[in-house]
Parts: sequence; C-alpha cells; structure tokens
Amino acid sequence: MANHESTYRPTSSIGRWMDARLPVARIMHAQFVDFPTPRNINYLWTTGGLLTFFLGVQIATGVVLAMHYAPTAADAFNTVEHIRRDVNYGWLMRNLHAVGASMFFLAVYIHIARGLYYGSYKAPREVLWIIGVVILLLMMATAFMGYSLPWGQMSFWAVTVITNLFSSIDSIIPGLGTRIVQWLWGGFSVSGTTLTRFFSLHYLLPFVIAGAVGLHIWALHVAGQNNPTGLEIKTTSDSVPMSPYAVMKDIFALSVFGLLFAWFVFFLPDYLGHPDNYIEANPLSTPPHIVPEWYFLPYYAILRAIPNKLLGVIAMFSSILLLVFIPWLDTSRVRSAKYRPVYKWFFWLFIISVVALGYLGSKPPEGAYVIWARVFTAYYFLHFLVIMPIVGVTENPAPLPRSISESVLGKGAAPARAAAPLGR
Amino acid sequence: MTAKFCATLGAAVLATGLAAGAGALWAAGEETHIERQPWTFSGTFGKFDEAQLQRGFKVYSEVCQRCHSIKRLYFRNLVQPGGPAFSEAAIKSLAGNNYQVDDVPDEQGKINKRPAVLADSFPPPYPNEQAARYAQNGALPPDLSLIARARGIDAGTPFYRVPDAMLRDIVSGYQEAGADYIYAYLLGYADPPAGMKMAEFMNYNKAFPGHQTAMPNPFLAGDGLVKYDDGTPATVDNYARDVIAFLSWAADPMLQERKRLGLLVIFYLIITAVLLGLAKRRIWREVH
Amino acid sequence: MQREADLASHSAEEPTRRDFIVIAAQAFAGVGAALALWPFIHQMNPDASTQALASTEVDLSPIKEGQAITVVWRGKPVFIRNRTPEEIKKAVDVKLSDLSDGSARNDDLPERAPATDANRTKKGHENWIILVGICTHLGCIPKGQGLSDARGDFGGWFCPCHGSHYDTAGRIRKGPAPRNLEVPPYAFTSDTKIKIG
Repeated sequence: MANHESTYRPTSSIGRWMDARLPVARIMHAQFVDFPTPRNINYLWTTGGLLTFFLGVQIATGVVLAMHYAPTAADAFNTVEHIRRDVNYGWLMRNLHAVGASMFFLAVYIHIARGLYYGSYKAPREVLWIIGVVILLLMMATAFMGYSLPWGQMSFWAVTVITNLFSSIDSIIPGLGTRIVQWLWGGFSVSGTTLTRFFSLHYLLPFVIAGAVGLHIWALHVAGQNNPTGLEIKTTSDSVPMSPYAVMKDIFALSVFGLLFAWFVFFLPDYLGHPDNYIEANPLSTPPHIVPEWYFLPYYAILRAIPNKLLGVIAMFSSILLLVFIPWLDTSRVRSAKYRPVYKWFFWLFIISVVALGYLGSKPPEGAYVIWARVFTAYYFLHFLVIMPIVGVTENPAPLPRSISESVLGKGAAPARAAAPLGR
Repeated sequence: MTAKFCATLGAAVLATGLAAGAGALWAAGEETHIERQPWTFSGTFGKFDEAQLQRGFKVYSEVCQRCHSIKRLYFRNLVQPGGPAFSEAAIKSLAGNNYQVDDVPDEQGKINKRPAVLADSFPPPYPNEQAARYAQNGALPPDLSLIARARGIDAGTPFYRVPDAMLRDIVSGYQEAGADYIYAYLLGYADPPAGMKMAEFMNYNKAFPGHQTAMPNPFLAGDGLVKYDDGTPATVDNYARDVIAFLSWAADPMLQERKRLGLLVIFYLIITAVLLGLAKRRIWREVH
Repeated sequence: MQREADLASHSAEEPTRRDFIVIAAQAFAGVGAALALWPFIHQMNPDASTQALASTEVDLSPIKEGQAITVVWRGKPVFIRNRTPEEIKKAVDVKLSDLSDGSARNDDLPERAPATDANRTKKGHENWIILVGICTHLGCIPKGQGLSDARGDFGGWFCPCHGSHYDTAGRIRKGPAPRNLEVPPYAFTSDTKIKIG
C-alpha cells in the first residue's frame, strides 16, 4: 500500500525516530497529501470525505448520548427526554445524532448514485464496490437498531414488523423462522430484552463500519479514484496532489453540506422523524400506519409490493444484495455514463424509480399506490438484471477523450511525463 | 460540473424531502383540512411569548390538569429562561401550596404526602393508568408533556404537489403541525351531522380521525371560563391558543436557545462556506 | 513530478495572493471547529436535574431538643441535631489543644479557622449542629443519630467500622479518623428553616 516513491522526509528528530519505528506519517503523506487525484473529479467526489465526517459525528455524538441514556424498557424514553431537557446541550447532541443519521444516508445515496453513473464499480474496483455494499448493509443494520433506542411507538412497532419478517422462513423450513425471530427478540415478543441487545450492537457496529471504511479506502487507493471520463490517470498532467487540491474541495463541500445539516438540526429537528415516536412504546396499541425512516422507504415499498410474505422479504433483501453483482451485470466496455447516450436515460429512469418507491413506501399499501409500487419494483429489478447487461453490449458509446487532461484542458494540452505507478 | 453537482444534490434533497415529508406528517385528519395557525414560536425567528405561556399555564392548571398529567414538566422549568419565566418565589409557593407529592417511606414504611418543591415534577391527577381509565369511562387521558410533538397532520397532498409543499415547509422551518392539529381539535367540537350514530360516552369532533373522541369539550362553558389578569380577552379561542403555546413549550423547552444558536451557526457557516469557496478557487486557479 | 514542481514553484512565486484567503478561510473554519468542541465537554457537567438538588431546604421545627434527624444533601447523609444545653457546654468547654484536628472544617469559613464550637455552629443558633455524616477515616456513616445509638466516649457520634469517637460538636477525639466531621455550607432562611448548599 505504501508508495515506494514516497516523497516524505521527516523534518524533526522525533519525526525520524517515529519513521523508523511506525511510519504513520509517511503513510499519511503518501496516501493523503501526495496522492495523485484526477484533476477533473467534480463535487460528487466529495461525498467520500463527507461520509467519513458523518461517521465521526455519529460516533462522537453517540458516545456522548450513551453517557446519559439507559437502554431498558422502563427508562429509555425517559432518559431521552432527560437528554432533551436537562443535560447541558443534550438537545443539541440528540438532534445532531438523529439528523446526522439522515445526512449520513443522504450522502451515501449520492455516493452510490455517483458510482453507478460513472461506472466506478467496474474493474479493477470490484472489491472496492463490494466493500461499499457491505458498509451500506452495516449502516442499515446500525440505523435500524438505533431507531429502536428511543423506545417510542414507531421504534417498537418498526422493530416488531421487521423482525417478524424472518418468520416467513417458516414457509421453507417449518419452525425455523419462529425460532430465529425469538432468538432475535430474546423472548416471545419485542421487549426490553430486545432493546438492550440492540443498544449493545448499535454501539458496536459503527466501529465495524470504521474498519470496513479503512478497507474501502485501502482498496480505493490501490486503483486510484475514478473520474467523470472513466479514463485512468496516464500522465502527471492528468492528476493533482490530493493536498491541497482535493482536500480544500472536500472541506468546502463539507461547509456547504454542513449548512443543510445545521438547518435541520436547529430549525427542523423532527421533520425527518415521525410524531408517533414522541409517544412511549405501547405493546398493546398499534399505530394506524407504521413507516420506517425515509432512507428505508424504497425497500419498504418493494417489500409490500409483492403479495407473498416470503417473496416480499426475498425481494427486499435482493434489492440490496443485487448491488454486489453490478460489476459483472454491466457489460459495457465504457465506464462512464457520460459517454453512454442510451444507458444515461435508463440511469435516470432508475433514479426516478427509487424516488417513486420512496414516496410509495410512505403511503398505505392500497389501491393505485400498490399498482405503482409493483411497476417501479419491476423496473428496479429489470434495470439490473436485463437493461444493464443488454444495453452494455448493444449501445454505441460516444467517443472518449484521449486523456483526462484533454477533457479538462482541450486538445492543446502539452504532453507531460508518465505518472508514477500507484499502490504496490 | 458545478451545475451537475447542484442538479444532483438538488434532486437528492428533493427526494429526501419528498419521501421524508410525505412519510413524516401523519394522519390526524384524513378528509378534514387542518388550517395552519400563526404561532409566535414558528419559523426561523420564532420565540415564545412569556405572557402567553403564563396564561397557557393558567388554562392548563384550571381546565386540563384535573384529567391530564404533565409528568415530564418540573416546577423548576416554570422558572427557567426560555419559558413562562415565573419568579422563583411564585413557583415555590404555587408548588408548596397546591401540589402534594409522595414522600419517602416513613419508619413504618408508609408513604405520606409532602408539599412539592421546585425539584419535583408535576404530580399526576390519577396514581396510575387503571385509576385514570376507571374515572374516564375506560379512556386514558394522555400525558401532555409531549402532546404538541406527538401529533401531526396528513394534508393529503397529491404526489405532484409534494415536492413543492415539502420545499416550502423546509425553507420556512415548519414544525408546528402538532400545534395546528391540537388547535383544530380543541375548537373542533360540534354537533354530529344528521344520521351519524355516536358510540356511548363519545363526542363528535371535526378534526379527530374518525370524528369520535372520548374527551368532552373542555371549553364547553365558553368565554370567561378562565380569568385572565393581563387584559387579554378571555375567549375560548385565546384559551386554545395560549394553552397550546404552553404545551408547545412544555414539549420543547429548549426551542428558543435552539433557534438562537441556530441563527449564529447558519450565519457562521455561510461566511465559512464563502471563504472556503474563495480559497478553493484560488488554489485551483493554476490547475484550471 | 515536473508538474508538481511547477505547481509548487507557482505557489512560491505568489504567496500573498493565494495564501491570504486560504489562511483566512482555514482560520475561520478552525475557530468554528474549536468552538464546536465546547458542547461535547459541557455535557458532562452536572445537568439541570442535578443542579436542582444542589440545595436542600429543611424545616427544623419538628426536631425537639435532644433529637436528631438525617437528611440527604447532594447524595450524602447530613446529621442535624438539636443539642441540649449540657451537650453545648461540653463542646464549648473543650480546650483546643486537646483536639486531634484543630481546624473548623466548616465550608463557610476559611481553611485555617480553629475548631471552636462557635466555628462549628451559626451565631444565635448554637443548639443546632449540622454535619456531613461521613466518617473522615474511610467513609462509613457514624452512629449517634438514634436515641438508643452508641455515641462513643464523648457523647457525640461513634463510628462502628474502626472505632472513631466524635464529640458533641462532631470533632474527632479518639480513633483513626484524621479530621473533624465536615460542616456543610448552610444558612438560616428563617428561625426554623435552613438551606443546605
């Protein structure tokens, strides 16, 4: 992973002493200061930095909240109110954490859309992509368990509904589904036992995510970043050193995204949530409409679109697991959709479908809503299983520029020396 | 490049708002249109009106308190800034003279009552849920500490109007759906329409989902039910507005501090973003 | 390499134009980041519900002469005894040189104040002795509050854990405890009411 041509020269005697024993500064310099970054990456490439920031925010605010929160059925709701009312800046910590989760998912969905559009999943970045899917799954598990912790009505019933899905396994192996569900619950229904174990796992998983992010960045730095042309860096004029160029861009993007974050934290803290979660969990009273948080709505729509319980569960999980196979489902020789005039339309159709599914997931599963959910679910799977493979081989891509620098500077770009090899 | 970023981010935010907004506001009056009310505490510059909160507390203690607990509110909260901001002496005597709370067990293990102090929370009118239901024909009057946050409105917006509605709500910082619903509910008592069969003990209410609510009209006695000392007209409409302002504060006592700090942070971030944007352009000038 | 050198030399040629805005931006952003740290630190300070219990008010009128009660203040036991004239005299008559610990240990007085009975009580209310009921040796709660409790050799309090004897002013007279029982900060808000803390 360390670049053998690292230009790092320790300037102090302490620096030299550490460099001979644990060359962290050398690695950081090679990977985050010197690292050749395509000069043409646009602001969609700032999402990685944003996501790392939000992981940090969630962990920091989460650790603080855990100092005041009690993960028991009797006290969970009360301690959250204690945090909102009595703890110094408790209201702020709680808003940062709750809104931060939504911002985390917003950034990750933009990040994934960027990868889908520009073909960032194609060789040699398949493992990078798959680690990304693993991170997404870990994020979803963390968020699902985190939402149960306030122990409001929606917390309780969302857990009940989603964990109950596993009982559909009973239709394959009788009794197994029920045993799995009771194992998850730690009892015969969702209870404080479930809550406490969810708290333990919710505290654990973000650190697993951090480890996966480390692998993700490692895999990224082996191949280098993709860019809007989809071309590899060939000469030094194709790239700029990561610091200060990409770093400054990341920090600027963070301040803008931070404005959106702050707007919700301070002026709309409950907008992305649900009023029913301000009612204490009541196992004897079901809310009229159970909905998950917005970032789960598309999968919820897919789940309810299929009339069969087991097939609905399979469809819901498949919709995410399918992402793993995209590097092989997409047969295009061209990476970036910028040069794929036919596929481009289907990409936007896919985005529209996901947004539509999100809307439909928030609606009661009746009438026209169900019909449209089925239409868009069908398109979702068709997009990956049919369109990606077929369009990849049949379309005529637009001509690619000769190099990254040509795409930025035009044909008059002066040729420069070949770039140093990355990674290894 | 920048345009693409803006378009994508804009689409993503819109999508978030669309999905979130559509899911977040909740079915509290399916066919009834719930009007938005003007509240002093709404929007970016919203603040509570101290005098209104004090009147609201009066309405709560004279009208609502006999059935509804407000157990997450402490007497000391009535003194802290950002709320009704009564004087400490006034609340000390209010608590001590009017409210009794359970004391620690005495030598015989009996639990006696003692006068409340600032550090205590409001004692409930009924000792437990069963006693409340017994007194209320099986219905449980909900605790009011969070009621203003625990209610919402499903406006029934058609899907093509949703992005526009969400954008307006996000830009204006609309968080008062609970308050608007409760206002419509408190003033929504009326005679049932001809031919509608009411269940036993139920009352007709225009805003309540299903239109049959167990709670009777708290303002049945009409204007003059509660005496206001500050000259505000003692009308049912004012009672509703004042008590809802009080309950909105009770559900979110840190609102003023939150919005104050929010303005500072947003202002700071705008300046920072501009400075960082200029710095980024300077650094990239050679490269472009 | 050449390109990077070009970029580096370019920046060296025009430091003022590029660096000022960059430094200004980074400084502004940095100040905000530093200020953002404060809520994370302050949230660990005692919260509003704890602050509300920082003081305890006690009504002394039910406590008859010779009786004692124990109240809780900031999670600690506080002994309140209405001393008889004999108990007061015994405390006043003690010579300072006979005391193991000569300091008043009164939170309302400076460090060096001597452990006279006057410095352990409030003027005009000398019959009331108010002490934090935690033995200064290893933290047990001394006996002596109940009428039938052992009071030790000096008529005050006796700690059963390691045998420390306190006199009627709560001063250590015999045993392993190093300091007199602490007198918490308190004040008479009326003739019969005190506010501790």
